[in-house]
Amino acid sequence: MSDTFRLSVNGREHSVTAEGDTPLLYVLRNDIGLASPKYGCGTEQCGTCNVIVDGDKAFSCTLTVRDAAGKAIVTLEGLGTPENPHPVQAAFIAEQAAQCGYCTSGIMISAKVLLDRNPDPDTDAIRVALQDNLCRCGTHSRVFRAVRRAARALAR
Amino acid sequence: MAAEPKKLPGSLRNNPSLDLWIGIEADATVTVRSGKVEIGQGLKTAAAQVAAEELDVSLVRVRVKTADTAETADENVTSGSRSMEVSATALRYAAAECRAIMVRMAADRFGVPVDQLSVEDGTIRGPGSNQRITYWELMGGKKFGRDATGTVPPKVPQAHRIVGTRVERLDLPGKVFGQPAFVHDLTLPGMVHGRIVRPRHQSATLESVDTAAVEKLPGVIKVVRDGDFLGVVAETEVTAIAARDALHRAARWRAGPPLPDEDRLYEWMLGEATMDGGCIDGVHTDDCPPEEPPPKDAQTTLESLYARPYILHGAMGPSCAVAQWAGGTLTLHTHSQGVFPLRRALTNVFRMDEADIRCIHMDGAGCYGHNGADDVALDAALLARALPGRPVRVQWMRDDEHCWEPFGAAMVVKVRASLGADGRVADWRFDVWSNHHGNRPKGNPKESGLLAARMIENGLPPQTLGPATGSEAGEHRNAWPGYAFPRISVAKHFVTAHPFRCSSLRGLGAYANVFAIEQMMDELAVAAGQDPATFRLAHLPDPRARAVIEAARDAIAWGQHAATPGRGHGIAYARYKNAAAYCAVAVDAEVDETTGVIRVTRAVCAGDAGEAIAPDGIANQLEGGLIQSLSWTLKERVRFTPGEITSVDWETYPILTFREAPEVETLVLDRPGEKFLGVGEASQGPTAAAIANAVFAATGVRLRELPFTPERVRAMILEARRSA
Repeated sequence: MSDTFRLSVNGREHSVTAEGDTPLLYVLRNDIGLASPKYGCGTEQCGTCNVIVDGDKAFSCTLTVRDAAGKAIVTLEGLGTPENPHPVQAAFIAEQAAQCGYCTSGIMISAKVLLDRNPDPDTDAIRVALQDNLCRCGTHSRVFRAVRRAARALAR
Repeated sequence: MAAEPKKLPGSLRNNPSLDLWIGIEADATVTVRSGKVEIGQGLKTAAAQVAAEELDVSLVRVRVKTADTAETADENVTSGSRSMEVSATALRYAAAECRAIMVRMAADRFGVPVDQLSVEDGTIRGPGSNQRITYWELMGGKKFGRDATGTVPPKVPQAHRIVGTRVERLDLPGKVFGQPAFVHDLTLPGMVHGRIVRPRHQSATLESVDTAAVEKLPGVIKVVRDGDFLGVVAETEVTAIAARDALHRAARWRAGPPLPDEDRLYEWMLGEATMDGGCIDGVHTDDCPPEEPPPKDAQTTLESLYARPYILHGAMGPSCAVAQWAGGTLTLHTHSQGVFPLRRALTNVFRMDEADIRCIHMDGAGCYGHNGADDVALDAALLARALPGRPVRVQWMRDDEHCWEPFGAAMVVKVRASLGADGRVADWRFDVWSNHHGNRPKGNPKESGLLAARMIENGLPPQTLGPATGSEAGEHRNAWPGYAFPRISVAKHFVTAHPFRCSSLRGLGAYANVFAIEQMMDELAVAAGQDPATFRLAHLPDPRARAVIEAARDAIAWGQHAATPGRGHGIAYARYKNAAAYCAVAVDAEVDETTGVIRVTRAVCAGDAGEAIAPDGIANQLEGGLIQSLSWTLKERVRFTPGEITSVDWETYPILTFREAPEVETLVLDRPGEKFLGVGEASQGPTAAAIANAVFAATGVRLRELPFTPERVRAMILEARRSA
């Protein structure tokens, strides 16, 4: 049974028709046209689908559209633009903290949520904040540097 | 008598047309084409740097187009860490020649000699105040229409302004701002979604499936069954996934032959029939050298067995492709590493002409070798064939990728080495047992490297598997030691039975071979009472090899820590393929003896990739390879029971997490003017051995079987303490 849901994504309101238990991931990608959340595992094991929901990190591969409705959803597209990048995005470019980039969106979302709460994380705090995000290319060391750089930029 | 024509450099040899490489566009941009592909290794950026450098244009003008069967050179597969060597070399010469052609055109127009002209960002200036013309005015979209001669020398390294500098990757902004960057993100008008249904045993066959109920689900367009191939197409991705689940419940599979006992995998390999070969001075021989006894005057002889399990490529994004049939032609968007070989393989499956298939590369998730990219392309083509005109996007689900990507081959290595009275290695015997490493789609029209080809009615059987007969191919890779030993004997044993489909995983045989060689070097150093780094240097005349070892050794502050129980450092070295980049890795590790947990607290990697086009790209490859190898080495092993593969997700096949990742320091030793050396596969083997050597330094226990899981490490330490 399809229903209509009102979603707030990156500050814009969307009305979508879907079955209530549809994972938010597919609504974001295929109905709203946002490319950043990725399918990786479908079971909250890899973090490629991470988005921010009411300020918390969420796994859009399992969060249903019913549960996401009415909440403030932010994806990577909502952080910044090439002209006006969010400090996390600027830092990932400055540190070249990616290889293939498939996991990068989810990692930057986790980093954003971390920095919102802890403006000066040490590397162990970054490790914990990113423990649910997998990266297969092995950019971990660069990601640590990028998150620290973003923290410095936000402190200025 | 005409002079023997000089061979053109790199991939120009088989693709000499300049227009295949460089396009000067009317909108004041330069199109750089490479038949290689971006797999997160920074190829697009390095290609742009090389071309911009030789053309004297700024990097922002460059647009890079990668492999497309309709547009680029056929550079076969992006593999073997050879893109810089063959593609960047071709681009370097092609760009230098294009520049020379345009300068010649300007010189003719101005009526001045070419040596009076200069080029800055595509603008050619002569000595006169009005002698000024741009590349775009001269060429603006026109083709060069001629073949490269290879006679225009590229710039000398001292003149480089773009090559060798740290530039930002051209493809990163798209990925960092969430723009559609991957084939996974492609949407085409009228596109529908497909999913594939496969069992968890690679030799199981489809006994029966009642598709009627699934076909009636709202939104399901078609269930496609063709022999053992089963898939579904639906209007939406969500419906396709739900229909796949329903088909999984409905399908009855006939079990395949029992898989080997996972806990006795290496005994199984050593007991299986083999096809044997050898090598002499690094070159393959069909004859397997007999094992001679150690020399009579050997002071010490050591013999050890080392083993690696089946390992996954484990792309973060399961494989994906978009296929569309129209009027008997097929267009595929794919993240295959080799769009031309994929096209050839597809022509065989569909019995079509090459001209009727176009394969266009788009970025995928990192693949690290031959994963499911080509297979999902055939899956998508098979589903799309049932819906002519409509683009069909197929993405594998996580368990499809885990169970059906071609695995990295399991291997066993036996090394026997002797020390002479002078404390140096006097004799070296190396035996390697391995499954197949090179199962990418090849050209034989009677068989297919594509997965679904064996499943469909009137399909093609799998490719014949056989031992690697090329030097440094497959299990041969780095089997030949890079050290100056007086007597070396290398035997290769190809295990013919294959419980799983196996193919190229980053490093191929080098990961296990270097793991074995570099642990044995440590074991020998200990037996000789020598420092492991010094012992290696004593057997390495090549100054570039010595330089990376010395750099890694010095950076980790080798020998400067007070001995602490449970902590130690280890070092290891290899030159990938004995011909590509040099690499040494040194690590500090802590071992918790009660839990068996190994923590690598610091890692240093020193690499020499010849002339560094993109030094940060090289560093990224070295450290990425190091961390990936850390994951393989500490955690990874494909699990299975006799009846099925049980590694189906990241919980049942865990990989390294951010919590476990060390900070990595990378030292790139630039060699301006030297040949480009492939670097993407250089650090994996040394990393594994460096960790094992550090664990030995910390605990006195030798870990020779991968992976070093806590249970295994704890058991090994308990065993050692009991027998001590």
